[in-house]
Amino acid sequence: MTQIAEPGERAATGFAGTAAERKPRTRKKFNIQSVLGTTPMIATAIGVFVICIIFSIIWSFTNSKLFPNFNFIGLAQYERLWANDRWNISVRNLAVFGVLSIGISMVFGYLLAVFMDQRIKQEDLFRSIFLYPFAMSLVVTGLVWQWMFDPNLGIQSAVRQLGWANFEFAPLVKQETALYGLVLGGLWNGVGVTMAILLAGLRGVDSEIWKAAKVDGIPTWKTYLFIVLPMMKGAVATAFILQMTGIVRVFDIVIAMTQGGPGVSTQMPAVYVIQHITDRVNVGQGMAAATMMLLPVIILIGLQYLLQWNAQRKARKAA
Amino acid sequence: MTTEAISSGFSTGPTATTGPRGPKPKTVTIGRIGVYAFLILSAVFFLLPLWVMIVTSLKTMPEIREGHLFNWPALLTFDPWLKAWDTACTGRDCNGLKPGFWNSVKITALSVPVSIVIAMINGYALSFWKYKGSELLFGILIFGAFVPFQVVIYPLIIGLSKIGLFATLPGIVVVHTIFGMPILTLLYRNFFASLPIELFKAGRVDGAGFWGIFFRIMLPMSVPITIVAIILQVTGIWNDFLFGTVFAGRENMPMTVQLNNIVTTTTGIREYNVNMAATILTAAVPLVVYFISGKWFVRGIAAGAVKG
Repeated sequence: MTQIAEPGERAATGFAGTAAERKPRTRKKFNIQSVLGTTPMIATAIGVFVICIIFSIIWSFTNSKLFPNFNFIGLAQYERLWANDRWNISVRNLAVFGVLSIGISMVFGYLLAVFMDQRIKQEDLFRSIFLYPFAMSLVVTGLVWQWMFDPNLGIQSAVRQLGWANFEFAPLVKQETALYGLVLGGLWNGVGVTMAILLAGLRGVDSEIWKAAKVDGIPTWKTYLFIVLPMMKGAVATAFILQMTGIVRVFDIVIAMTQGGPGVSTQMPAVYVIQHITDRVNVGQGMAAATMMLLPVIILIGLQYLLQWNAQRKARKAA
Repeated sequence: MTTEAISSGFSTGPTATTGPRGPKPKTVTIGRIGVYAFLILSAVFFLLPLWVMIVTSLKTMPEIREGHLFNWPALLTFDPWLKAWDTACTGRDCNGLKPGFWNSVKITALSVPVSIVIAMINGYALSFWKYKGSELLFGILIFGAFVPFQVVIYPLIIGLSKIGLFATLPGIVVVHTIFGMPILTLLYRNFFASLPIELFKAGRVDGAGFWGIFFRIMLPMSVPITIVAIILQVTGIWNDFLFGTVFAGRENMPMTVQLNNIVTTTTGIREYNVNMAATILTAAVPLVVYFISGKWFVRGIAAGAVKG
C-alpha cells in the first residue's frame, strides 16, 4: 500500500517496539535543537491529536450543554444518539453517499484514465478539464450544482423548453433523490483526482506486460481489467483512502447545496456534530456523535495494520 | 486576470473536438472515435457548470427568469459582478464579497508561510535528526490526517478561547497550521528522506549543526517541493469553509463563508446572476493558481498521496 501507508507502518512498528530493526541509519544522538525546532509538531501531535480527542471522548460521557462540564452520565448520550432518527438517518445517508461516490468515482475515474492512456492528442488539455473542479472549493461546487438543479430555472426547465415537456431532473427538491444530487456534485469535484492517481498508476505498470499480453492475443480491455488493474493496487488504495477520508468528514458541500434537507434527507454525521455544538447547544450529544465518527478511522487503521502484519508474517515465512 | 484564466480554459474547448480529425487519418478507426467521443462527452460534463456559472453571471434577472440556462446572454451585463463584489448583502451588511476577499487574503498570506516553515523543519528533523519518540510523534500526526475534524473541533474551540485566540486572526492561522501539518510534514519528510545522506554528512564534517545544515544546505534544495506545498496550501486554505465558520469569527470571515451567506440569504428576491458572479469570484484565486501551476498542481495532489 504505497507511501501513504508507509509512514503509518513505521509508526505502527514504532508502537510495537521494534526499534532494534531500524537503528543502523543514523545514530539517534539527542539533539536539543531538533526537539526545539519541532516544538510545534510536538504540541500539535500531543495537544491536538491526543489530548483534544481524549477530551472529546470524556465529554461524550457527560451531560454538557452550552459549556463542557464533568457530570458523568455514563452511556446516556450514546443511547440517546442511537435512538435519534436524525443521527440514524445521517449514518445511513453517509453510507449511501460513500458507497455511491467511491464506487462511481473509481469506475468513472478508471475509465477516464484508460481512455487518457490511448496516446490521445491534447492529453494535457483533457487533464486540465477533468481536474479543474477540484481546485474549487466544495462550497462553490455545492452552490453551482444547486443552481443547475433549480427546479424552475435549472437544467430541468432548459430541457423542457427544448421540447421534452415531462423531463424531470431536479433531484434536490425531493427527499428520495436529494442524496443523489449531492453525489453528482461531489463526483464533479473529485473524479479528476481519482483519474489522475489511477493514470499515474497505469503509467507505472511495466510496459513489458503489454507486449506479453499482445503476444498472447489478449484483447486490450481484458488486459486493462484483469492484468493491469490488479498490478496497480497501490494507486487504487491511495485513491480509495483519499476519498474515504474526504467522505467521512463531508460537510461543506452539504451546507452549500442542501443544508441537510429537504427534511433530513441529506443530513450527515459531520453536520450533526457541528449543529449540536453550535445551534443546538448540546455539547455532550455532539461529542458522542464525534466519537462515533472516529470509529471508521480506527477500523481502517486497524485493518491496515492487520494487512501489514500479515504481509510481514508471510515475508518472514518465505525467508 | 481572473476572467482571462477562466475563458482561456474555456476557449480551448473547441480545439479538442477537432483533435480526432487531425493530421493522422490512418489511425481514425471506430475505436479511436469512441475514445474521443467518451473523452469529449466527459469534458462537456466537467465544463458545463463553469459555462453555466459564467453565462448566468452575465445575464439580467428578467432573462434568467426565461429559463434558458445554457444560452449565451442576449443582453450582456456586468452589473452582477459589481454588485457581488461591492454591495451584495449578507444579513444586514451590504458590502459585497470584498471584505471576505481581503479576509481570505490575510488568512492565506499568514497561514501559508507559517504552516510551510513549520512543516519543513519537521520533515528535516524527522529525516536527519531523529530523537527518541520522534517517529511516534510523526505516527500520531499521520493518524491526525485521517481524523475527521469534528472529533477535535470542540476541545480546540475551548483551548483557543482559554488562551484568547478563539475567533481571532492568529487563531485561524493556528488552526490552519495544525490541520495542514500532517500532510505537509509527510511531504517534506519524504522529500528530505530521498536526498542523499552524504549531503548531510558533508555538512556535519564542516561543523554545521542543526540550523546550519538546515539553512545552508536543505533550505536551498527544497525549492521545488516548496512550490508544491505552496500550491497545496493556498488552494486548501482559500477553499476552507469549516474552519472559517467555526474559528475565524465575524471579523475575519473568509470569502467562502461569506459567499455561502450571500447565496443562502433568504430575504428578498434571489439574484441568481449576482450569486453566480460571487461564486466565480470566490473560485477565481484557486483557479488562477491551478491554471498557472499546471502540472505542479497535479504533482501536489499526487505528492500528498503518492511519493512524487
